[in-house]
Amino acid sequence: MSEDTKTVLIIGYGNPGRLDDGLGPALADALAESGIPGLTIESNYQLTVEDAAAVAEHDVVVFADASVSGAEPFVFSPLEPESTMSFSSHSVSPGAVLSLARDLFDASTRGYVLGIRGYCFDEFGERLSSRARANLDEALRFLESLLLDKGLHSSTAECIGCDEWKSVSCVERRVHHGSGTQNPGG
Amino acid sequence: MDIDIAQEKSLRKIVIEPVTRIEGHAKVTILLDEDGSVKQARMHVVEFRGFERFILNRPFWETPVLVQRLCGICPVSHHLAAAKAMDRIVGGEDLTPTAEKIRRLMHYGQVLQSHALHFFHLCSPDLLFGFDADPMVRNVIGVIAGHPHLALQGVMLRKYGQEIIKATAGKKIHGTGAIPGGVNQNLSIKKRDFLLKDLDQMYEWSRDALKIARDYTIERLAELEPFGSFPSNHLSLVGEDGRMDLYDGKFRAVDDEGNRILDQAGGMEYLDHIAEEVRSWSYMKFPFIRSQGPETGWYRVGPLARINTCDFIDTPGAEAARKEFMAVTDGKPNNMTMAYHWARMIELLHSTEKIAELLHDPDLQGEDLVVSGSRREEAVGVLEAPRGTLIHHYKVNRDDQVVMANLIVATTQNNEPMNRAVQRIAEDHLSGKEITEGLLNRIEVVIRAYDPCLSCATHAMGQMPLVVGLVDHEGNLLDEKAKA
Repeated sequence: MSEDTKTVLIIGYGNPGRLDDGLGPALADALAESGIPGLTIESNYQLTVEDAAAVAEHDVVVFADASVSGAEPFVFSPLEPESTMSFSSHSVSPGAVLSLARDLFDASTRGYVLGIRGYCFDEFGERLSSRARANLDEALRFLESLLLDKGLHSSTAECIGCDEWKSVSCVERRVHHGSGTQNPGG
Repeated sequence: MDIDIAQEKSLRKIVIEPVTRIEGHAKVTILLDEDGSVKQARMHVVEFRGFERFILNRPFWETPVLVQRLCGICPVSHHLAAAKAMDRIVGGEDLTPTAEKIRRLMHYGQVLQSHALHFFHLCSPDLLFGFDADPMVRNVIGVIAGHPHLALQGVMLRKYGQEIIKATAGKKIHGTGAIPGGVNQNLSIKKRDFLLKDLDQMYEWSRDALKIARDYTIERLAELEPFGSFPSNHLSLVGEDGRMDLYDGKFRAVDDEGNRILDQAGGMEYLDHIAEEVRSWSYMKFPFIRSQGPETGWYRVGPLARINTCDFIDTPGAEAARKEFMAVTDGKPNNMTMAYHWARMIELLHSTEKIAELLHDPDLQGEDLVVSGSRREEAVGVLEAPRGTLIHHYKVNRDDQVVMANLIVATTQNNEPMNRAVQRIAEDHLSGKEITEGLLNRIEVVIRAYDPCLSCATHAMGQMPLVVGLVDHEGNLLDEKAKA
């Protein structure tokens, strides 16, 4: 890997035993099988404080999670450290992990959130709904394209993703919705 | 014990929902009588039901992996409890030294990381800044700002525990290390040396954390002694010689004075000794010791109970700390709720010491990993999870399918104690019809002392708000407060 190539960490999280809540780990598993070089892939039930140490060792991190009510098929968005976070549980938010990486390890890791829309969360079961599966496929294609085009690996890229995404400022239009649909805000 | 509907009509309710920084969703209701005095406190838990059904009809050998889906907080505890049950199903409960020690290493890694997270990142803001500190400061951001070394130690201790789990269980999310009758891998020299590299640092930090918890408790003994406290029974597993044993052992229960109620009762006999009461207002059951009945037989589990029930700890640093801990109450059980923190840190040091002991044991590199014997159709697996005693009970048919599963988790066993703790806080700190910030803080603090894992609710992006409501005896909402 050349010096200007960024190291990328993908963390897919969620509970595979809770139907569509397993979208994050499913994405991590699929990426691991893709063989894309230069990636570190982790999956877990939820984010916890020690993830900050791994995040700090990379230039870029993508937190992939199931989204309960986000846009379909997925939302990809830059992430800011949450300096005013409060822990609601033993798990922490992506922004909180980024904040810990910054504050405890002096890291300047860039963060992104990939929220894949799921639909079924209210029972136990190790399967994805068909609609969630379709959303996962789209999210996977998007992320693989991004990685193969070095959209995340490149040290010079200001914007990332598809052509439409690259044509606008990340600051002005921060959220990428799947299938080329873009939505200001986020 | 329960208050019936007719009685409730004459009571005013104060509702607090949900409690922050604990797992799942909980709502606290404080019932007042017509005079405005606290009648009863109830912690309602929205428990995700149906997990047992998820296991039914699945092949028994899948169970140690499947049960990890139950809880993202302590999957290793469920993994090992199920594996211990399945050991009996395959007649392989007498594990090889390598298998047992690999499992123990995995378990101590889990306890280490769980206790470290709780102390450094969940409860330390309460201890460092006080219960009345501004919530904007009384959080982990405040810890990072004021005590960055502690926040870093918490992360690194937690990371170390996770490295142990990864080395012994395989992946974090699909841990497969423990299998019926043993384990599927030993610990390579390379992995052992990797873990040994940071061990001295982990020991030092564990010892320092213990000192913080000990000093905090000793220096504020008069203030903490009544804080959410009450006399209770205590239950845990202990070894045959009475030692603390987090991975294996038999039930011992003592009363608030230290008199033994139960001793050396095997896991398979748990139904002879433990029953569960159902109350109309709670999804979560209320376990009690049968011989004592539901009124007086309820008990505490977890670090405080374990220190109170055991005769000794078989590692030097933790044993010295235990003696000092017990001296505070002249050798009798310590019934201070806030002493959970000190007890938890004694176990943190104990876990580090056991990890050191195990990593230097050549049995971890042994090749004899699995045993089997006569097939059985029913089994119980018990262990001491970070939050307390964990019981897994299964029946398996001749087609190798699980046909019955019953799981009793630590937080369920601490159900009545948590209700009692909240009630004590309400009695001491509630005045009038208003839920003050001080009361709210103290209710959070006292529940957090138990480190409850209230349910394994599907996580979702976003924060869990804290909503506080005050309802009068006619059901009118008198006051409501919310915070992030």
